[in-house]
Amino acid sequence: MCLAIPGKIDSIDFLHNNTVRMAKVSFGGIFKEASLEMLPEASIGDYVLVHVGVAISKVDEEEAQKTFKYLEEIGELGELDDVQDYLPKMPS
Amino acid sequence: MKYLSEYRDPDLAKRYLKEIQNATSQAWSIMEVCGGQTHSLVKNGIIEMLPEHINMIHGPGCPVCVTPLRLIDKAVYLASNKNVILCSFGDMLRVPGSSKSLLEAKAGGADVRVLYSPLEAVKIAEDHPDKDVVFFAIGFETTAPANALSVVHAYRKQLKNFSILASHVLVPPAIEAVINDKESTIDGFLAAGHVCTIMGNAEYHPLSAKYKVPIVVTGFEPLDVLQGILMVVRQLEKNKHTVENQYSRIVKEKGNPDAKAMIFEVFEPQDQVWRGIGKIPQSGYAIKEKYAEYDALRKFNVDIPEAEENSNCISGQIMKGIKKPFECSQFGKTCKPTNPLGAPMVSSEGACAAYYHFSGRVEE
Ligand code: SF4
Repeated sequence: MCLAIPGKIDSIDFLHNNTVRMAKVSFGGIFKEASLEMLPEASIGDYVLVHVGVAISKVDEEEAQKTFKYLEEIGELGELDDVQDYLPKMPS
Repeated sequence: MKYLSEYRDPDLAKRYLKEIQNATSQAWSIMEVCGGQTHSLVKNGIIEMLPEHINMIHGPGCPVCVTPLRLIDKAVYLASNKNVILCSFGDMLRVPGSSKSLLEAKAGGADVRVLYSPLEAVKIAEDHPDKDVVFFAIGFETTAPANALSVVHAYRKQLKNFSILASHVLVPPAIEAVINDKESTIDGFLAAGHVCTIMGNAEYHPLSAKYKVPIVVTGFEPLDVLQGILMVVRQLEKNKHTVENQYSRIVKEKGNPDAKAMIFEVFEPQDQVWRGIGKIPQSGYAIKEKYAEYDALRKFNVDIPEAEENSNCISGQIMKGIKKPFECSQFGKTCKPTNPLGAPMVSSEGACAAYYHFSGRVEE
């Protein structure tokens, strides 16, 4: 229900005397319409999070790196020898 | 796909699991509030890969699961009206009402439609001026702006044949209710990232301080939930309790001001009944007087009596995290996704359905 996925704004249409902005958003090549009513600053090329036909947030590129750097920041050991093989269960 | 598959990287997931193991010195119970996170944890097998003494408790964050039985009966009743087109999100159709589900109503000839967005319902109303279109609008704070927007669109277009049957639930009051439950033993929380995308983090600081619990705003991909769990564990091990934001690529401290303004244009807080849990003060939204003509309950004056819940279904205990789905005597026996006794077996975010499909505990 709260599923929302990021996609890239491909084009923007202005409807109803420019009062409504609708974006065409690409989700890995699949296009869907999304209202930009709650994301007035979004423009073509931005990655936005879309939920039930409404764009609700812009993806912050810089912050997006944090998950990959977090372990370094907290001083993770980098030793993996005794970890079981979890690979088959994680989707790629 | 950018910003999606990177967060499913198996090698980094292993490193996160290892670090969670290293960081954990004692048993902790952590609740993921949101059903989307439950789904991710169970589907990706993360539950089994976590250290044994990390107990993930699955919270009430599935709007389909907590929509009151009586409201489903009202939706079924409205759908039986020959002049009504009843629309909703897919999962809502299969939730059992006291006599039937919306899907069964549809099979019986009612015009029931599954939509991706509430805005599509407004379009259907425009295209069918001779019909009354009712959108069964459920959801957490994440979905409330889109539902509100459908009402505003209809208002701007002066449509007289559109209304919503609204059932909105709010996360912070539910977290408080769960903490205050006598049987609860939760040490820390993963807060629901997409709810905070709208509302921001402000409501969680007082909760974390008052009850001395770590709250980490968390995303939904495997690496997101793993990082969220690690952040909670690190706080617990240091005896800290604060609000952290794991999902900062999406969630801003203040949320989305335009989306919040949209919610409060149309809705105001009210007490709300959660199916399986009961009434939680100020945990839902009512439609404001200005938009009363778009409120299906006021428009149609539906009087349906309260019905008895199926006494074999322990969904309330499941959603408060007191029991796990496989501890329900009906799980996988009389209760299956094809024949659900309760809503958590219907929704893809319901804990019972997640365990049924992905935990390896039932032969499908
Ligand atoms: S398994 Fe079925 S009957 Fe048991 S709690 Fe879940 S939904 Fe209810």
